[in-house]
Amino acid sequence: MIDTRGLSCPIPVVMVQKALKNGAPASLEVLADAQVAVENITRFARSQGYQVAVAEDGSDFTLTLTK
Amino acid sequence: MNKQNWLREHGLILLTGVVVGIAALALTALGNPKNMGFCIACFERDIAGALGFHSAAKVQYIRPEIIGIVLGAMVAALAAKEFKAKAGSSPACRFVVGLFVMIGALVFLGCPLRMVIRLGGGDLTAVAGLLGFLAGILVGVVFLKKGFSLGRAYPVPTGEGFMFPGVMAVLLVLLAVFPALLKFSEEGPGSMHAPLAVSLIAGLAVGVMAQRSRLCMAGGLRDVFLLRDFNLLLGFLAIWITVTIGNLILGNYNLSAVSQPIAHSQYLWSFLGMALAGWGSILLGGCPLRQLILAGEGSGDAAVTVLGMIVGAAVAHNFGLAGNADSVVDGVYKVGGTSPAGMAAVVFGFLVLLAVTVTHLPRKEAAQ
Repeated sequence: MIDTRGLSCPIPVVMVQKALKNGAPASLEVLADAQVAVENITRFARSQGYQVAVAEDGSDFTLTLTK
Repeated sequence: MNKQNWLREHGLILLTGVVVGIAALALTALGNPKNMGFCIACFERDIAGALGFHSAAKVQYIRPEIIGIVLGAMVAALAAKEFKAKAGSSPACRFVVGLFVMIGALVFLGCPLRMVIRLGGGDLTAVAGLLGFLAGILVGVVFLKKGFSLGRAYPVPTGEGFMFPGVMAVLLVLLAVFPALLKFSEEGPGSMHAPLAVSLIAGLAVGVMAQRSRLCMAGGLRDVFLLRDFNLLLGFLAIWITVTIGNLILGNYNLSAVSQPIAHSQYLWSFLGMALAGWGSILLGGCPLRQLILAGEGSGDAAVTVLGMIVGAAVAHNFGLAGNADSVVDGVYKVGGTSPAGMAAVVFGFLVLLAVTVTHLPRKEAAQ
């Protein structure tokens, strides 16, 4: 699980980029607290061939990336 | 990706660029200085002047565009349930980096948004700024890849998030009801402005659109190099193209590097000024426009950044750091630009940004 909460643009997506580069996991969970981070991570993950499911939990979002 | 999906993905950012471009053209036609329909740095500098933080008589006015952008972003964020009061991500560093972003922008004579608007007016001197901005962004991207971060912001009581929009509302009341308390330029760029209501409405429209689309001049170039993501760059290009077409239609397009409005041809320092602004914007997570939007969304850190920029404008004018436009004196073309003090401030700014950068890289054990 990568926790991107509270981090400014574009650090959440950079963290995801690094995680996907290091070993290309079949699935990855990402915690975010800003809609813009959700959008950026989703766009990036899709460009890397991942499918993205977003679950809202209060003010946080859990993104599940699967190949 | 087929055309329909492409438009669904990028339509909003393109529309935002077009709206910003048209608003900039309209504001200039109705009184704003040439090639300055919008300039976040210049307008914050004018606000600093109107409040008496500096005494440069030619650049004093409470720019309603700034107020509108923040309040528009706040309304859009509230409507979308995206307004979140957050703070605590290295506020002192953000203040100082914001201060130097402002100094860099004022050495060049424009924020990244005005840089694009200048290019859209045919101002070839702005090319030096664009190249510098790009260079600064590339430096920032190198450090982002190394793990640079100013740290996390945390949820704070809602009042923190409304403080900066509240300050903007107070400025609007001062401007509309108690103008005698403020300083207003009688000549120069500060004296040139569209009617209050038009400026405010244009600012509100841009604030709403930029909040929804996440428009960011620095992000546009950054994402291309960092992520191969062209979404935000489309907004950047849409502004450029819209302003270019508009100026061609209105007969205001002047493709030249000579006698451009409120611009100078001291290319090296235009380049370095915008490199400072570009690198700083990457460290802050967004350009000066984006900081206004984030401040409207409840970010106390972005609010502190904007306040740092306003103080930076005061510093720039109190110490003679800002660029002077090229001018014609007694029939002789005089190249403007910044002073030795301004050059020293830009160099010092790079050192400050370097210090902020290296002190916010992950420690070796954390990076592994």
